[in-house]
Amino acid sequence: MEKKINEMRIDFLAVEENTAFARAAVSAFLLPLNPSLEELEDVRTAVSEAVTNAMLHGYEGKGRGMVRLSAALYEGGRVEMEIVDCGVGIEDVEKAREPLYTSRPDMERSGMGFTVMETFMDALSVRSRPGFGTTVHMEKRLTGAS
Amino acid sequence: MKHTLRGDTVTVFLTGELDHHSAKDIRAELEALIANPRVKHLVLDLKGLTFMDSSGIGVVLGRYKTLSQRGGTVAVREPGPHVNQIFRLSGLYQIVEKLC
Repeated sequence: MEKKINEMRIDFLAVEENTAFARAAVSAFLLPLNPSLEELEDVRTAVSEAVTNAMLHGYEGKGRGMVRLSAALYEGGRVEMEIVDCGVGIEDVEKAREPLYTSRPDMERSGMGFTVMETFMDALSVRSRPGFGTTVHMEKRLTGAS
Repeated sequence: MKHTLRGDTVTVFLTGELDHHSAKDIRAELEALIANPRVKHLVLDLKGLTFMDSSGIGVVLGRYKTLSQRGGTVAVREPGPHVNQIFRLSGLYQIVEKLC
């Protein structure tokens, strides 16, 4: 069992400006692991996608409701992250994860969010219940620049 | 947003971060530039882009829809490795040329 070496959790309002804040926060949290620039970009991109989904789909872009971002670091460089919203939830998670599927083509959403997360992370799971919100769990092992 | 217009081609130099939040302003500025009926081709220079998530796909595709209706094109120039991968995953390069 890998030992947990650090953990963080932040709650922020589901306003668009906070997407950049979430990326910055997760970058700052991971920096002590000395990740490579590419690894950091992988994580920043995946977090950005998950947080955007929470704001636009979970809370339907209304700018109300809180998003929770948590992360845990383990010895050996494994990082676990969770993005949680208490929004409308996803009726059909399997369909939502299909590349190019979007419920909001009107907003020029491409439907590539989950595919991007899957591509840049080692593991991704999505739990959702309509009316009760969505939890996205992601994992990645950072081998670092060193 | 820095841009140059040569003939029927407008080149726009994107800088900073492109996510859902900044996409709104970028989209509005690009639409204003291509509203000029003289413009047929749009080149997006991405060298100065420090971050992009999948919001960027919609920004490019949306402008492609506008310009292709008047027989024009959209191309992207110098995407970073992550941006390139996101565009590739989405199949964007089937309709948008990548310039080096």
